Amino acid sequence: MIELRGVKKKFGEQVILDGVDFVVQDGETVALLGPSGTGKSVLLKHIIGLIKPDAGQVLVDGLHVARLKRKELAQLRYKIGYVFQNGALFDSDNVFENVRLGISDETKYADADYSRDRVAQVIKLVNLPADVIDKYPSELSGGMRKRVGIARAIVGEPKYLLYDEPTSGLDPVNSDIIDGLVERLSDELGVTGIMVTHDVRGAFRVADRLALLSGGKIIMQGTQEEFLASENPKVKEFLERDFETPSNAAA
Amino acid sequence: MAHVGRVSMLVVEIFRGLKEVRIWVPRAFDEAWNIGVGSLFIVLLVSAFAGGVTAYQAGYQFTGSLPYYVVGTLVVESIVLELGPVLVGLILAGRIGARYAAELGTMRVTEQIDALESLGRSPASHLIIPRVVAGLVMIPVLVVFADIVGVLAGLWAAKQVLPLTTADFTYGAQYFWHSFDAYYSLIKAFFFAAAITIIPCYMGFTTGQGAEGVGRSTTGAVVSSSVIILLLDVVLAKVLLNS
Repeated sequence: MIELRGVKKKFGEQVILDGVDFVVQDGETVALLGPSGTGKSVLLKHIIGLIKPDAGQVLVDGLHVARLKRKELAQLRYKIGYVFQNGALFDSDNVFENVRLGISDETKYADADYSRDRVAQVIKLVNLPADVIDKYPSELSGGMRKRVGIARAIVGEPKYLLYDEPTSGLDPVNSDIIDGLVERLSDELGVTGIMVTHDVRGAFRVADRLALLSGGKIIMQGTQEEFLASENPKVKEFLERDFETPSNAAA
Repeated sequence: MAHVGRVSMLVVEIFRGLKEVRIWVPRAFDEAWNIGVGSLFIVLLVSAFAGGVTAYQAGYQFTGSLPYYVVGTLVVESIVLELGPVLVGLILAGRIGARYAAELGTMRVTEQIDALESLGRSPASHLIIPRVVAGLVMIPVLVVFADIVGVLAGLWAAKQVLPLTTADFTYGAQYFWHSFDAYYSLIKAFFFAAAITIIPCYMGFTTGQGAEGVGRSTTGAVVSSSVIILLLDVVLAKVLLNS
């Protein structure tokens, strides 16, 4: 289980998170919605310990992330796959090397046969052609880079998957492919997922539950139906931008 | 002072990451090749010109006042004690320092360093140690090449403008030579290598704010490492030659 209790974070004078309370139960996929610049990615980075909170607690499987020692944090990170917004693939390494870095077991990592088989397996799982493993990130399209990023995140068989805007910058067709992939990984691998996005349609398709971050706080959590029925003006404003709610459908 | 503290933290990270030999050694070989082979031409060119000009100027100043063999002394001592390591250091601060800061800065702003950390891997052993170790090994080697080529170029240039034989030049070179001079050149090269690698790695590692941040880090890396080289030059001369 992932739990954030009263998490606060400021960069300079700018308050990003102002007391976030957020719980994700094992096995569920939660979409974290919110307009750009509201701190969704910052929240995600707290969970994996890339950013430390100014106040509050971030707990993963009961472990206080900010208080973990170096080795403990590395061990925890092996349990969490992180899909970065733009892939964050290593430019100087080919796809095979990029994905192999996600193999957390050092013995298996050093085993060339295991690594090659496992990388080929996840490349197939994310619907990429087998010959992509010899290519460099600069030779891939945006959608392919995102899928390689997902392959790298799942190759170590994590318990949790954190997606940072996996469909941003993609055309609708590629966005649907990625959403379908996230949905399939959740079903097939049974991982617990948090998907940061401002794509409401994708979130409704993929997530069991949604949460809306606004003004540094989670202002609503609930199911798709609860969101659509919400009278909260901020929720309505956010949904109406790219989704047909009962209110604007009537209008 | 904040920078000093953070650079110290980075050095601690480097020492911590040294035990991950399997990670950094292969990468260090690649970096060493880049530094050594990639910089050899410019290093030899600059040192050859420095040696030649030193010989010409010595010939101009000393003709008629001092024996010609002094030119040998002056060229060898100037190149080995000062010009070889300092010129190589400043050139490599631009060539290698800018590259390291830009590479790591780009990796920072494109979240590649965050990605490495998120995979439970140490950015120090993957990115910094290979660069620092390669620099600490290869830069002194380049300085040795620079010293040799600078002296040979000085000999050639001196013979073009002065009635000087190779034996005269060698006599002058040996007359004031201390074996410590060679060690001093290497010690300087080693310290300069630390500045040329660690400072740009730090600047690149702490890059912020997109492309502008990468530009600022790169410029800062070259300027800072060049200034540190000049400061180290003074400090090492005082400590090692005058204490």
